[in-house]
Amino acid sequence: MSQEWPLWEIFIRGQHGMSHRHVGSLHAADAEMAIKNARDVYTRRNEGVSIWVIEATHITASAPSEKGPYFEPSNSKVYRHPTFFDIPDDVGAM
Amino acid sequence: MDPTVEYLLRLGDNALILGQRVSEWCGHAPALEEDIALANIALDLIGQTQLWLGLAGEIEGQGRNADDLAFLRDVYDFRNSLLVEQPNQDFAVTMMRQFLFDAFSALQLDALTHSKNVEIAAIAAKCHKEALYHLDRSSETVIGLGDGTDISHAKMQNALDRLWVYAGELVSADDLDRTMAKAGVGVDLDALHTPYFETVRATLATATLRVPDTDFAHKGGKSGQRHSEHLGHILTSMQWLQRAYPGAKW
Repeated sequence: MSQEWPLWEIFIRGQHGMSHRHVGSLHAADAEMAIKNARDVYTRRNEGVSIWVIEATHITASAPSEKGPYFEPSNSKVYRHPTFFDIPDDVGAM
Repeated sequence: MDPTVEYLLRLGDNALILGQRVSEWCGHAPALEEDIALANIALDLIGQTQLWLGLAGEIEGQGRNADDLAFLRDVYDFRNSLLVEQPNQDFAVTMMRQFLFDAFSALQLDALTHSKNVEIAAIAAKCHKEALYHLDRSSETVIGLGDGTDISHAKMQNALDRLWVYAGELVSADDLDRTMAKAGVGVDLDALHTPYFETVRATLATATLRVPDTDFAHKGGKSGQRHSEHLGHILTSMQWLQRAYPGAKW
């Protein structure tokens, strides 16, 4: 397994997108190669104008087992959603 | 043959035969990412073929389109350089062949954007962007593998030793090249010779590869006089369907 290229997470900014979005992952020997591979794997149908790559090992993720303590407490706190304000019609779609 | 048509066949056949060769990797490349990249490059080259051969057929004026020229000519009608018909062998040979071609193609297409023939200039401008990416990719692969492990270095050196004698034909001007350059339509290959070998040698040095000590260059591909035996085999697999079922569409 040590012979395998490291895994890279790929982020692409689309034609009209404001921010880079995670699109998937691929293998490459280094960052430059990861960008080239991402160009070939993820932008061949004109999807993007910018590519970010980051080696997957550099991402720290929350643990699935912590899902309860982390996220459930906010379920019952509807007052944190700004849905109790009257929005003037002139504002239009938000 | 009209010299412009023959010149366009050289451009189109280089792209066609290399595109066909590279597409042989589809589903067989050493990694999924490389497989997709190689298929993209092959498709770029086939796209370039359609433009060059399409224009050749138009100027020829005998009702032949790009498909007719690709599928219904025989070995002695092809005008591609000997380099591009060389077999894939292994990944090292494939990438070295690609690099030696891309370095030439990027220079050639850049020069062709100044062609007095506006259609040739427009096609060259479109293809040049693709060629720059291909060169970027193949250069880095040659450097990465050449300056890599003992095994990858040995394989790249073997590839270079095998293919070096086919690089010279690309930048060696013959009568047709000179006629077309003089007319302002084609590229002055004599002027490309030095920058080509400078680019190639610089990359090979970075890749820690030893350039073979010879200026010998096999010739006869782009003139159509002496293709290697490999071209017939490529055409057999590429053309068999149109030969067996003439006019078949799908």
